[in-house]
Amino acid sequence: MTGPPLRHRIATTSLLAVAAVYFLVPVYWLVVSATKSTGDLFGSFGFWFADPHPVTYLRQMLTYDGGVYVTWFANSLLYAGVGAVAATLLAAAAGYALAKFVFPGRESVFNLILAGVLIPGTALALPLYLLFSEMGLANTHWAVLLPSMVSPFGVYLCRIYAAAAVPDSLLEAARLDGAGEARIFTVLGLRLMTPALITVFLFQFVHIWNNFFLPLVMLADADLYPIQLGLTSWQGYADRQPELYQYTVGGAFLSVLPLMVLMGVGQRYWRTGLTEGSVKA
Amino acid sequence: MRRATRTEARCRRAAAGFLLPFLALFLLCFLAPIGYAVYQSLLKPKRSGPLGLGGTTHEVWAGLGNYTHALGDPRFLEGFGRVLLFGAVQIPVMIVLAAGLALLLDAASARWVGFFRTAFFLPYGVPGVIASILWGFLYVPGLSPLVEVAHSAGWQVDFLARDTVLWSIANIVTWQFTGYNMLVLIAQLKAVPGELYEAARIDGAHAGQIAWHIKLPLIRPALVLATVFSIIGTLQLFAEPMVLRPLAATIDSGYTPNLHAYNEAFTSNNQHVAAAEAVLLALVACVLSFGFLRLVGRGRDGK
Repeated sequence: MTGPPLRHRIATTSLLAVAAVYFLVPVYWLVVSATKSTGDLFGSFGFWFADPHPVTYLRQMLTYDGGVYVTWFANSLLYAGVGAVAATLLAAAAGYALAKFVFPGRESVFNLILAGVLIPGTALALPLYLLFSEMGLANTHWAVLLPSMVSPFGVYLCRIYAAAAVPDSLLEAARLDGAGEARIFTVLGLRLMTPALITVFLFQFVHIWNNFFLPLVMLADADLYPIQLGLTSWQGYADRQPELYQYTVGGAFLSVLPLMVLMGVGQRYWRTGLTEGSVKA
Repeated sequence: MRRATRTEARCRRAAAGFLLPFLALFLLCFLAPIGYAVYQSLLKPKRSGPLGLGGTTHEVWAGLGNYTHALGDPRFLEGFGRVLLFGAVQIPVMIVLAAGLALLLDAASARWVGFFRTAFFLPYGVPGVIASILWGFLYVPGLSPLVEVAHSAGWQVDFLARDTVLWSIANIVTWQFTGYNMLVLIAQLKAVPGELYEAARIDGAHAGQIAWHIKLPLIRPALVLATVFSIIGTLQLFAEPMVLRPLAATIDSGYTPNLHAYNEAFTSNNQHVAAAEAVLLALVACVLSFGFLRLVGRGRDGK
């Protein structure tokens, strides 16, 4: 078999390389800048190091204002971690029910949930805030956690996956053996749906971690902020307190790391989920 | 017979048990806020004291008053026009770029594919706010190495001027989401059986023809889906202009519809108008995404 001609290969690789430069340059800038003081941020060339002291600067950032950054980081982990686990389990149960049980109104329920995928999240956030204020939930952890536990897209993915990956005959056999439905779901259903569940978890984790509007609307108390909200508040004060420029850059650098790890480790699952989600749509 | 109905009942009970936890939260976080927004948008505050001064405020029926107020506000409408223009340019650019990169990666020799794919996908892991802070630093004159390099090349650029800032925001969004869309398209390309390409190659088709005539039509559903999600995302544009606002004087409190609704609710303390604006935003998103789906659906039937 002959490959494409050499000049084609060179052209393809150069185009890809140009694109890679575009996508990586800001990340590179962030890495370089995280090693700089505020003075060097403004005074030195942005794409190269100047007197790097990354550990010192990161320590200053982490201890600033009584270590508020650590609180924000913990909050982000709480919202994204607990929210994504809960969302995955709820979506798994709902998707399993929609795939494996026949009951009246099944398709209407599924269509209603699907419509939820198309509703702009920020259009929901404002009324949700008004509603949660009435219920006394605004400005608490729950205000961000509860909406994060709902993933209509997850239900959609779990239904498709359960329909294909969980055989009816296996469920029947388990029933004949006298196993209860809850046990069948936790022992058989969840195990067979694992690849889809990992995909749903990854999507929801990134979605919650990146969500800005909901916490901005819901939270007034800086101790409840996730990282994103905290960093914008630092950026807002940086005019008056120049060292906050340095802390904002360092904080942004640290906050990007967990997702980078998730994206690297989970690439296989990203693609599984995306194939399931797009091919069968 | 009796046994059949008993299994049926057991079936329904179990299904309800699995569905209810999700449905309860879905009701609280999706359906209730929509209902509440519509309800709030039909009310207005009224002071009960003499001459409408002092006393307590209570809410009275406003009919469609909040909607006419919102639609009569030129800044709110300008914001809509701005995001529509933004979407009309940014979405096609991003989708074409994503499709181009997906096809190139699909055709490239295997050695570097993994590296490039990860490099393109990486920005998806950078939250919108962080991406905006990051690019903000790369836009600000005096701090930005990009501006510095451009100046030393004799090119005067201002990323934050009146007529460039919208496209600077478009760049941030493109940077973040091109790789994600590319990955969706690659996933669909991988689902195409290899024999199809083999057959075309034997028929004498070259790489470009295969990409245009075989691969593109096959990834069409993914392209449509990516476009719909981009339309919905564009209408919600918020974090990027919010973060760039202190840097660019042209970004005002009504730069996008979402920014306008947010300020209406939290700065002007006018939550009824804000509720009406949220409802309008959801409506426009629905109309545009369903309209687009019908448009491409009809195009396909016509073929």
